[in-house]
Amino acid sequence: MLTVSRLTKRFGGFTALSDVTFDVKEGEILGLIGPNGSGKTTCFNCVSGVLPPTAGSIRFRGEDLVGLTPDKVVHRGLARTFQIPRPFKKLSITENVAVAAHYGSAEHMSDAEARARAREILTLVGLAADPAALPALLGAGGLKKLELARALATGPKLLLADESLGGLDPTEMASAVDTLRRVRGELGITIVWVEHIMATLMRVVDRVVVLDHGEKIAEGRPLEVAEDPKVVEAYLGEKIVLE
Amino acid sequence: MTVTPARAAGAVLLALIALAPLVPMAGMKQYVLHVVIQIFVWSFIGQAWSLMGRFGLVSLGHGAFLGVGAYAVVLLWNFYGLTPWVGGAAAIALSVVVALVVAYPCSRFGIIGHYFALVTLAVGEVVRLLIIAERDWTGGSLGVTLKAASDASLVAMQYADKRVWYYAGLGLWLFGLWVWARLDRSMARAAMEAIGEDETAAACVGVRVTRFKLRITVLSAALTALGGIAYAQYITYVNPETLAGIGVSLRIVFAVVLGGMYSLLGPTVGTALTIALSEWLRIVFGVKFIGMAETIYGLLLVIFIIFLPAGIYGSLAALVRRRRPAPVPATA
Repeated sequence: MLTVSRLTKRFGGFTALSDVTFDVKEGEILGLIGPNGSGKTTCFNCVSGVLPPTAGSIRFRGEDLVGLTPDKVVHRGLARTFQIPRPFKKLSITENVAVAAHYGSAEHMSDAEARARAREILTLVGLAADPAALPALLGAGGLKKLELARALATGPKLLLADESLGGLDPTEMASAVDTLRRVRGELGITIVWVEHIMATLMRVVDRVVVLDHGEKIAEGRPLEVAEDPKVVEAYLGEKIVLE
Repeated sequence: MTVTPARAAGAVLLALIALAPLVPMAGMKQYVLHVVIQIFVWSFIGQAWSLMGRFGLVSLGHGAFLGVGAYAVVLLWNFYGLTPWVGGAAAIALSVVVALVVAYPCSRFGIIGHYFALVTLAVGEVVRLLIIAERDWTGGSLGVTLKAASDASLVAMQYADKRVWYYAGLGLWLFGLWVWARLDRSMARAAMEAIGEDETAAACVGVRVTRFKLRITVLSAALTALGGIAYAQYITYVNPETLAGIGVSLRIVFAVVLGGMYSLLGPTVGTALTIALSEWLRIVFGVKFIGMAETIYGLLLVIFIIFLPAGIYGSLAALVRRRRPAPVPATA
């Protein structure tokens, strides 16, 4: 579905990503992990069109994405969330999602339809709220849900979820994991999930790609990857415990 | 439509405004009508400006569109006898071209915020300087007078009777309010608001950032040019100082910020106050303290930006809203 090959991104003399190659299969949840600064977010930025890659190719459903602006990437069915939520603070929670539904989805919808879609999706992510409430009323967990709802409202086939669980308490985390599973199960959306909290991620994903210093160091099933000495080393010996 | 107290008050107010020219005002009538016509036209221009300003596209050079509109229509009439109905369309088209030439590179290369304001400031000045430099046909800094038609006429859009302009101005003002309200209720407003806050996040939910910014700029420029045309036809004289450059550009911004750029009637309230203030100062000081009006509302502007960023009308409207029951907080 998504094929990233030999993706390289340099910022001046610093190489954030070097020759990264991986692919995402339709229907799977792929985990993208790695220590801080390993290039996960840069990878998302290149794929979603926020940053132009220095070299390499990104193909999504047979189409080259390199050179497309973020709005064009969204219209092709690839949506993303941001690591640090970026809500539109002057718009209500419903409007935040409705604007994504109206302008992000491939099908044309009226203002009323977009609002109705926004309410459905807010219910799905567990954020059914007063339509006029502003994002300022939301806590960290709520903002993450809003971020997810906005991406889902564009009707993606592939979702790039950037560290959805950072800063959540265990209950919120469990419900977020449940939501991602339902996004894949009920909506049939393929997911690439970047996450710091390894134990949680490893229990949900089908496959994992591990980045370290901008390079891919491992790829495979969670259990195999967790045992990989290179991965253990990259995480400073912290062994990933799977229950 | 249900009748609410606010709607009823609005209807009564509108009826009073519509009937005002019929009220006998002894010798004061011409003067009062003149001031109110000015308020209508400049409020309309303020509304046009606020279409961009409210979304963080702060232009300090709207005088450029005003000048292009007003001069184009006057010169086309004076030199080619082209009726303002056609000349006006050409003038608006020309101002749209100017808007695109300025807005496209700005949008493409991410010139936003203060930098955008500076670019537009320069554009306003360039238009003023061009008008002065091309004095053979623009009359330079002395301005140019609209050639009088033989009689009051619809074709020439010239009327000595101020009542005609009063109703034309009223129509223009209502048109501006309608555009503002329509945009305010549309999803495009949410998209523009999103762009104003975070262009990258807006693009990532599918909003075509460049296209939206160009559209709103073109709309704002076209309406501003229309205001310039109306002003030129009413006053029958155009001058680079009153219709282009920093001075008039900032006066538009002052008025809108004073009244409140985020509310429907904000630009009107601000414009009415600044015009009333400058008329009053003109009467009080005569020609002794030229620039006093500018100094005073310059000071007021600073005070308002600090203490009432939503403007006089905007803040009052918010105060009224707050006294109604507050919305239920969202559950996260």
